[in-house]
Amino acid sequence: MIEASNLSKRFGAVTAVRDVSLRAADGRITGLLGPNGAGKSTTLRILYTVLAPDSGDALIDGTSVVRSPLEARRSIGVLPHSAGVYPHLSARENILYYGALHGLARADREARADELIELLEMQDFAKRPARKLSQGQKMKTALARALIHRPRNVLLDEPTNGLDVMAVRGLRNLLLKLRDEGHCVLFSSHVMQEVAALCDDIVVISHGVVAAAGTPDAIRERTGQSNLEEAFVQLIGTGEGLQ
Amino acid sequence: MRAIFTVFGKEFRENLRDRRTLFSALVFGPLFSPLLFAVALALMIQRGDTQNDKPLQLAVSHTERAPNLISKLVEYGITVQPVTYDDDDARKAVQERRHKLVLMIPDSYGEQFTSARPAPLALYSDSSERFVERDVQRTKGILAAYSSNIARLRMMARGLDPMVLAPVAVHDVDVSTPASRSVLALGTMSTIILLTLLMGGLYLAIDATAGERERGSLESLLTVPVRREHLIYGKILAACAYMALSLALSVTALAFLLRFVGLESFGMSVNFGPLTALKVILVTLPLVPLGASLMTIVAAYTRSYREAQTYLGLVLLVPTLPLVFAAALGLQPTLGLMAIPSLGQHFLITSLLKDEAIPLIHVALSVGVTLGLGLALAAVAGRLYHREALLG
Repeated sequence: MIEASNLSKRFGAVTAVRDVSLRAADGRITGLLGPNGAGKSTTLRILYTVLAPDSGDALIDGTSVVRSPLEARRSIGVLPHSAGVYPHLSARENILYYGALHGLARADREARADELIELLEMQDFAKRPARKLSQGQKMKTALARALIHRPRNVLLDEPTNGLDVMAVRGLRNLLLKLRDEGHCVLFSSHVMQEVAALCDDIVVISHGVVAAAGTPDAIRERTGQSNLEEAFVQLIGTGEGLQ
Repeated sequence: MRAIFTVFGKEFRENLRDRRTLFSALVFGPLFSPLLFAVALALMIQRGDTQNDKPLQLAVSHTERAPNLISKLVEYGITVQPVTYDDDDARKAVQERRHKLVLMIPDSYGEQFTSARPAPLALYSDSSERFVERDVQRTKGILAAYSSNIARLRMMARGLDPMVLAPVAVHDVDVSTPASRSVLALGTMSTIILLTLLMGGLYLAIDATAGERERGSLESLLTVPVRREHLIYGKILAACAYMALSLALSVTALAFLLRFVGLESFGMSVNFGPLTALKVILVTLPLVPLGASLMTIVAAYTRSYREAQTYLGLVLLVPTLPLVFAAALGLQPTLGLMAIPSLGQHFLITSLLKDEAIPLIHVALSVGVTLGLGLALAAVAGRLYHREALLG
């Protein structure tokens, strides 16, 4: 479970996010929807402890990202916007490296890596050097490495970027599977269809502030629009930057 | 803490598979540069040998004007080539490298000589040409000996004691030892050792910082439950391992190759056995963490791989600066100078190769200060990794 309250972050003169509060529950997929530059990445970066907020705090399963970032990181799996892999290691070695960094014993991380390789259907390229992998295969490697330590909470920043249709389908199925296992899944996107198709809860973010949050039904109801797309446009003020 | 070794292991292994890193760290620097040095040294020695053995060639214009002088020159082992030049011809002949030296005996020589006035001679040479100075000195020495001989005979003929012409007698006493005469070669050697040491960690330092960011793998790495400074310590440690390997290889290569160079004839005693090589490695080793941390810090500030390469190229020059100053100012090892990283190591390496006694305090100070600075810089690198700007 992820609970953020009143997060604010400035970069110089630019306020990236202001007073952002949101809640992502266990066993649900929460979508962070907003146009490019709305503050989605900054919010996620604060949640996965790479950036420290200027004010506000967030709790990951009750652990503060501000006061105990190391502790909070144990229960999150992260797929950042640029999820590069190490070119001279094989896909499997890339995954195992993160297992070791998470402090898993050798036998444990090897078993878990093989489990993920099967789950993500990576058997064909698991032993190939990562520099020879396709974009989709690299994404799967990065995803597997984010899940090596069985995190309760999974955060993904624009995970479908640059993926082909098949890879997007695979990712969608995985997220649904994680949800059904009781994980808390939070991902950001500027693709409306994707969010509408996948999310149990939606947080609409625009100009660094939360414009609306709730289930798709609740958002439709609040805006008085029967169409989710129209609802978003009304909330954000414009459809610009969305797809 | 265990994460440091996890990161170390991964960086070490990954770079072992990167041919570019491997080539620059363990082949190009440590093996090629000693080889190049040894070949250059061998050529220099060979050239010096042949120079000494060759009889001096002297073109003499109008030998018929001074037969006595010519027979004296031949007596001293000079090969006289009779030519017939005027002043312009002589100048041209030297400029066009047809002769190294031309001795011109002017028309007035005989007349001046017989009337006991200074008889003119002109010696043409090009001082910008290598190795010519020695020949000039030798010719002048022979001419001076001939001149003072004649003077003595003339004085005796006039009933004077020739000794009045030598109020002082100077003896040249050269106390240099074979090893101390090879300062240049030694300086070059410690420069090679220090440079290859740094080159060993260069690509790893770039790859682990600027490279990691450029590939986009940094952000993921920062989400693992490991303190950021431990991540960077692991990377620095991996750079250290490559640098230490590079150091050991280059010193071994130097010690091995110099056996074939024939240093004795260059006037340098070979004091580069296995034990000396080991000592050289040990006194230079403290420079490894300092270099690795320095390169990591510089690379961490750059925005791209290419930029990091540019700046680190400059960092490679840093350790050679104290050496250049030391050579220019003729600095000798003192306790204070031992505290300067790279200069201290240079002095220690040089002393070891010269087989000089080294005060223990010199070693202790050099090792202590260099290691201390290295650890301090590693801590700075650790702090740098807490900057949010690191993400770029």
